[in-house]
Amino acid sequence: MMLIPCPWCGPRNQVEFTYGGDATVERPADDAPMEAWFAYVYLRDNPRGPHDEWWLHSAGCRSWFAVRRDTRTHDILASAPVGEPLGERAP
Amino acid sequence: MQKFRLATGGDIDRGHPVRFEFNGAPLEGYRGDTLASALLAHGRHLVGRSFKYHRPRGIFSAGAEEPSALVQIARGARTEPNARATVVEVHDGLVARSQNCWPSVRFDLGAINNVVSRLIPAGFYYKTFMWPPTPAAWLRYEHWIRRAAGMGRSATSADPDRYDQRFAHCDVLVVGGGVAGLAAARAAAGGGARVIVCDETPRWGGLARRGASSVPIDGAPRGDWIDTCVDDLAGAADVTMLSRSTAFGYYDGNLVGAVERVTHHLAAPLPPFAPRERLWLIRAKAVVLASGAHERGIAYPDNDRPGTMLLSAARTYVERFGVRPGTCAVVFANHDGAYDDALALRDAGIEIAAVVDPRDDAAMAGVDVRRARDAGLPVHARSLVLRAHGGHRVHAVDVAAREGGKSQRIDCDLVCVAGGWSPAVHLFSQARGTLRYDEAIAAFVPDASPLPIVAAGAANGCFDDALLAADGTAAGEAALALARGASPSPAAVARPPRAPGAAPVEPLWTVPAPYGAKRFVDLQNDVTVDDVALAKREGYQSVEHLKRYTTLGMGTDQGKTSNVPGLALMAAELGTTIPAVGTTTFRPPYTPVTMGAFPGAHTGPHVEPVRRSAMHAWHASQGARFVNAGLWKRPHSYPRTGESEDDAARREAINVRRNVGVVDVSTLGKIELQGRDAAAFLNRVYINRFDSLAVGRCRYGVMLRDDGMVMDDGTTSRLADTHFLVTTTTVNAVRVMQHFEYLLQVAWPTLEVYATSVTEQWSAAAISGPRARDVVAALVDLDVSNAAFPFLAVGACRVRTADGEVPGRLFRMSYSGELAYELHVPTVHGLAAWEGIIAAGAPFGLMPYGTEAMSTLRIEKGHVVVGAEADGRTTADDLGLGKLVNAGKWCVGKPLLGRPALVADDRWQLVGLTAQHGAVMPRGGKLVADPDRAPPIPMQGHITSWCESPHVGAWIGLALLAGGRARHGETLWAVSPLADQRVRVTVGPPAFIDPEGTRLRG
Repeated sequence: MMLIPCPWCGPRNQVEFTYGGDATVERPADDAPMEAWFAYVYLRDNPRGPHDEWWLHSAGCRSWFAVRRDTRTHDILASAPVGEPLGERAP
Repeated sequence: MQKFRLATGGDIDRGHPVRFEFNGAPLEGYRGDTLASALLAHGRHLVGRSFKYHRPRGIFSAGAEEPSALVQIARGARTEPNARATVVEVHDGLVARSQNCWPSVRFDLGAINNVVSRLIPAGFYYKTFMWPPTPAAWLRYEHWIRRAAGMGRSATSADPDRYDQRFAHCDVLVVGGGVAGLAAARAAAGGGARVIVCDETPRWGGLARRGASSVPIDGAPRGDWIDTCVDDLAGAADVTMLSRSTAFGYYDGNLVGAVERVTHHLAAPLPPFAPRERLWLIRAKAVVLASGAHERGIAYPDNDRPGTMLLSAARTYVERFGVRPGTCAVVFANHDGAYDDALALRDAGIEIAAVVDPRDDAAMAGVDVRRARDAGLPVHARSLVLRAHGGHRVHAVDVAAREGGKSQRIDCDLVCVAGGWSPAVHLFSQARGTLRYDEAIAAFVPDASPLPIVAAGAANGCFDDALLAADGTAAGEAALALARGASPSPAAVARPPRAPGAAPVEPLWTVPAPYGAKRFVDLQNDVTVDDVALAKREGYQSVEHLKRYTTLGMGTDQGKTSNVPGLALMAAELGTTIPAVGTTTFRPPYTPVTMGAFPGAHTGPHVEPVRRSAMHAWHASQGARFVNAGLWKRPHSYPRTGESEDDAARREAINVRRNVGVVDVSTLGKIELQGRDAAAFLNRVYINRFDSLAVGRCRYGVMLRDDGMVMDDGTTSRLADTHFLVTTTTVNAVRVMQHFEYLLQVAWPTLEVYATSVTEQWSAAAISGPRARDVVAALVDLDVSNAAFPFLAVGACRVRTADGEVPGRLFRMSYSGELAYELHVPTVHGLAAWEGIIAAGAPFGLMPYGTEAMSTLRIEKGHVVVGAEADGRTTADDLGLGKLVNAGKWCVGKPLLGRPALVADDRWQLVGLTAQHGAVMPRGGKLVADPDRAPPIPMQGHITSWCESPHVGAWIGLALLAGGRARHGETLWAVSPLADQRVRVTVGPPAFIDPEGTRLRG
């Protein structure tokens, strides 16, 4: 079970969190063309290595935040609140 | 009579005899015995039959690695299959029996497999039982194969025991309580670390606990050193010691799973409330792996005869349990370390008939070899054991010189094999540690891990008694540094684990044998040297293929004594090196873990939480039948005496249409939104507008996923200018809340909106039917006339209850299609308000109704349900709700609604179905035009909801049908091949009642 560092609550057991998908895809503007929305909804990289993703501390503070996780090892490399760049805060 | 029990010695308590039963025979052992040691004390070696050939098998080891002495512990519903006799502690009342034999372990009919064994080599089943090549044929064969090739039998009734779970945290976890582990724990604790140390056995000290080994530790006799160390640790404030606790797996985030066997060793009656096992989930900042090593066998013909065991195990039985496993032994060993063990057996009165060593005299340079020779042990250098004689017990071996020539038969009743040691690197490997093949000991040892784990002692390849404590201390100090933040460094594991000049192990894995002789590599799975060669010939050469083709290293022991010999043999077959062949993956668990330990207390009603509304007790008192809706329990119906559930639901539905009914809708998800931008937020979330909603009004809304499919629906009320109440479907409440939070926190962080789930805070009841207004008027302080409180009105009110007036919110909305109101009150008043409704409704014929009647009413009205009609593949337009999509604004999911496939004419669209000729609508039926044409029959749609409609007087349903909106009036077939049902149905609009909505507006 991964130990996930919530930026607000500190490191907590994985069971407290809900996975929220790829954080590297940028949500298009509301009026963006259909193709941009199609790419946002369906097109995903499947990287081997560090990957940024959204997690929700669903059984905790209910904050969404970003996590950088190595998909090979499940090592958590960084976490950051929404709007703050990953990597500037050590987990 | 324990004929083979020594008069003195061992960690057993001769003052406490215990009585147990094996294969029906009452036997006696002593407290401290394992089942294996107690059987050996009676001279019983034959314990079971082998997996495939049903050969007689005995006790091979003295620990967790046991491949062959597997027994069934018989305790009724507590029966446990495949228990290793070598770790089962005897206690009064223990009942054990042999496995995989019939009618008895001494005479087993399945042994015919041994006679015909040349016909059933590795892969035999894969090759033979594949005709005809259908899954059904294999399943038929498998039934019989499984009966013949069996392990123990699992219990057939529910596990009656309790299991506990504990989360624990520490700086340093030490796995293994031998000399190295204890030294590591003491070093870490001495440095101020919070330490947990666990050991799978009941006693601390590991193998060093045995007897009076000549090598002292820190100048003290080993036993004294161990006792002092254990006392020190037990007295330390921040040290937790777990015996009978196996660390079985290393998981993400430095989490180690360990299972503690709490009551296995105790006789009935067990202490009250004690769990049978306790699962420890230990988050460690650093781990010391001091898990020891497993001795290996050597594969010579008939090396599986009972009376054949690992040399270290024989010594353990003598010195730890005070049992002589034989009277006259032949030792077959390939390294110097064996000679001290041989001498220990001799000291216990076992005659050593021969020590057979494949090495040249020159290589046998160790001090113990000289001691053995000086003591007169007959050492046969450069020799091999070529085969064993015996059936149920070994009685002789043939020994010959390595280069060949005439063999010599040596009588014996015990063969002790010492083929070298394999460090128990399992957890190190699971911690992504790499392994290194160490030529000197012919085994894989830990190399380096990116995680904070340090190996120590025999697990680190250290087999020098004089260095164990120092190796452990160094590991404990390294772990302490890791726990304090040092990076894992290869240097930490590069400590020299052995003194310079130690003689290397001769890598001898097997001996020459005539055709057909069985040289077992894996005793548990009956894998022979020839099977490895066969796997190579047939192309299964990778270790992972070798394992799966031959089953080498599978089963309950996972090849602890056989993996390294097996892959060494494959390396020899391939003409390559052992490291080039590599190892299979060391998957958790290290040893079998009872399934019950994983759920712990989360079984039966505790698997998941149960949610009950405030009115639950009332429903139960009225005989309600409950159904699950997510975690909620909801009344299905309220059957009266002698009434079936279906009849009750029918009566309840009719009463709503005729008089008035009330249904508990507290389970609906409720989310309050407040903030300046709440209306703008709802506009973006729902397909329809909410900024135009007036205060004191509510509106039905539909929200989409980003891909345009319907996510949820519900009613949203504007309580104040910047204050809304959103309701969601019962099962989607959590998901919608999460969706809102994602949008507010991630997508649109600048919107000022606060979302709060208030599902638990408000109880809710829907009052429906022509007399609903009469009931509500008697309940609340509002003017509920149509003029003052029209359809879709919302208002705060006071509700009259037996407890006095309570605050409430009244909503005029309808799910049934009738005149209806929803009344919400704070949960604390839920039951009082419900009872108030029941009392106020009595003069008007009010009855409670459940989810079944509610479903019938909504199907008659043609209302869709998320999950049934909105199944994640339907758009709002598919459901007939396309007109709600507001053209003048954007919303989530809208950009992708224009995709060609989503606007095609042949999309599956919502329709109503009526079964013809009074037939019953088939559950989940598929819609086809002609059920008699040759398959495949094109499916045109399927039924999503169905009920027997009292209003229509027939079975009706809602369905998704290709191009359905344009097909009203058609006749189709609804078929259910599974139920062998076919019914003619008429397609029509989804609303069967009051499509204009005059009732609900009246």
